[in-house]
Amino acid sequence: MRTPSETFPQAAARELGNPQLRTNLGNATGTIRDKRARVVAELPDWQALRDAGSAIKADVMAGLDSYLLQFEEALQAAGATVHWARDGAEACQIVADVARRHDAKEVVKVKSLTTDEIELNAMLAQHGIHALETDFAELILQLDGDWSSHILVPAIHRNRTEIRDLFKNTIAPDIESDDPAVLAEAARLYLRERFLDAKVGVSGANFGVAETGTLCVVESEGNGRMCTTLPPVLVSIVGIEKLVPTFADLEVFLQLLPRSSTGERMNPYTSLWTGVTDGDGPQELHVVLLDNGRTRVLKDEIGRQALHCIRCSACLNVCPVYSRTGGHAYGSVYPGPIGAILTPQLIGIENAPTLPFASSLCGACYDACPVKIDIPRVLLHLREQAVQATSKPGERLAMRAMGWAFARASRMRVAQRVARQLQRPLIKSGMIRRLPPPFSAWTRTRDLRPVAKIGFVEQATAEDERPT
Amino acid sequence: MRIGLFATCVADTMFPDAARATATILERLGHEVVVPREQTCCGQMHMNSGYRREALPLAEHFLATFGGFDAVVAPSSSCVGAIRELYPQLLRIGHPVLERTMELSEFLVHGLGVEDVGASYPHRVTYHPTCHSLRVTRIGDAPLRLLRNVKGLELVELPDATECCGFGGTFSIKNADTSSAILADKCSAIESTGADVCTAVDGSCLLQIGGGLSRRGDRVQAIHIAEILASR
Repeated sequence: MRTPSETFPQAAARELGNPQLRTNLGNATGTIRDKRARVVAELPDWQALRDAGSAIKADVMAGLDSYLLQFEEALQAAGATVHWARDGAEACQIVADVARRHDAKEVVKVKSLTTDEIELNAMLAQHGIHALETDFAELILQLDGDWSSHILVPAIHRNRTEIRDLFKNTIAPDIESDDPAVLAEAARLYLRERFLDAKVGVSGANFGVAETGTLCVVESEGNGRMCTTLPPVLVSIVGIEKLVPTFADLEVFLQLLPRSSTGERMNPYTSLWTGVTDGDGPQELHVVLLDNGRTRVLKDEIGRQALHCIRCSACLNVCPVYSRTGGHAYGSVYPGPIGAILTPQLIGIENAPTLPFASSLCGACYDACPVKIDIPRVLLHLREQAVQATSKPGERLAMRAMGWAFARASRMRVAQRVARQLQRPLIKSGMIRRLPPPFSAWTRTRDLRPVAKIGFVEQATAEDERPT
Repeated sequence: MRIGLFATCVADTMFPDAARATATILERLGHEVVVPREQTCCGQMHMNSGYRREALPLAEHFLATFGGFDAVVAPSSSCVGAIRELYPQLLRIGHPVLERTMELSEFLVHGLGVEDVGASYPHRVTYHPTCHSLRVTRIGDAPLRLLRNVKGLELVELPDATECCGFGGTFSIKNADTSSAILADKCSAIESTGADVCTAVDGSCLLQIGGGLSRRGDRVQAIHIAEILASR
């Protein structure tokens, strides 16, 4: 899995410096946010649905060991081959082996975060196999050697003129217009032939039904369905947390997901398939059950709720941080608030210690989450782990000193007096304009209100003060 | 009612007028307001920054100082949120005073059923609902109800009001660039209202908003809601 190569503040500073990105992101997240709010407000039982989604996921996590075995058994009974993969490398190897056995030089892919997580495309390329992204936005990124910045709309940081220019240089030399319909038609013409030629399709899954062995993919374009129905062989890579106990449970999630993600009442293309069926669709189905750090997340009582995520991306769109920095600042295929709690848990807090701090703790993500993941709570939990895993002696000392000073009112008053003395030369017309590091981070863009001449408690209780 | 006034370290140090105004409002309503001399800080910054162990003595100190009051009122929803929502996790035990700890406007509207405090404030005012008042303590429109009853006050709606101001405690330093980008949009929204004053229930957010407006050379003042509600 991709590991952030720089800290969040460093990456964010770079991304914030791109005005085109800021504008695109602001427009796109704003539009989806408003759409979502409208369709969520329509449902009188939305909170009950969230409760149900949360309860089902909690039940799955509590009984995951038996649900997985039930799922495997149901899949095998339906004619599928089940593989277990401890990590991304094992999962990629399984896909490569299947492709090689069928002599496939190219596989067609459904948009899948899980395959991005395990960097399947790069791994297949090492085996001489091209993995073709067929989701419109993923195709754009693939053609440009770029990577996703949003769970649901991966090319959210690109506008249509940029896409027209890219297509002109790659798949459609004659394209002139940047009209969305023209752009989509160019991609369609390019992809159709590839769908028909492909011997192997690759997908992830939004849900796996333990009871029946059914896999479910939810998408908007229909290209995913091309991949899961046209090639004679299909490999589906499923994170072990994606299970729901029964077919009826899908009812809850297929209401929660489209309204939370695209702001649609119903999802356009919902594909469900159970094993193989004679003369209909792929005749060989491989299901790869992927761990890749998930059982470690499961061990953490507070952190494990991150596994409840159904990848709707509602938390990204409402996040004041994500909507300014975009997804690349998070350095992971899982950006935004959910990424800030999922990535450090999947790859280890020591490999992403700044991500849990990439939040103002405004709580908008928690309110938007369709399965009620208490993201702020998990952020605090992970911040504690990050503090323990990293060495920041200066910060630790300052925090301890402040903790000591704030433990007694008399000490706090001394601290206030000291601050009053120190700030004196810094005040200009009632405000502090410049401070030394690390507080210069504040005064670079903001003035600071000074410490008052006398504290409220000190003044209010002045008559009680006795010399000690 | 015997009310313990928890000034909070931010208001005590930087917004003493807001804490004083809180006492004034409650006393005018006929309550006994006590300002315990030993009070300090709720420990929210420590809890929010990953220093849980350092926060523990502060939480214990809060309980020792305020445990005996009928109600505790503070001019801050984020400190109240930390006390109500985070203390039970931190201390691994509840305490009856946690539920009786409220932010001023929440206490007035939801606790006392008071929506008119007899204030007068002849200014054009816009209200920024702080994140913790909306999504942690969930005080709803309590501050707006109070502001609507202030004589002479012209309330103007803030665009994208429920968006964060970008403060976030140590976030404002650790992620200063992102914090400032969020703040820039908040300041622009405030400017677009043509208000003279932007008010809120949290001193910490007003520190951020006021600091941003001041740096932009703006004439809009960031003023705590308690000061408006105590004006006559």
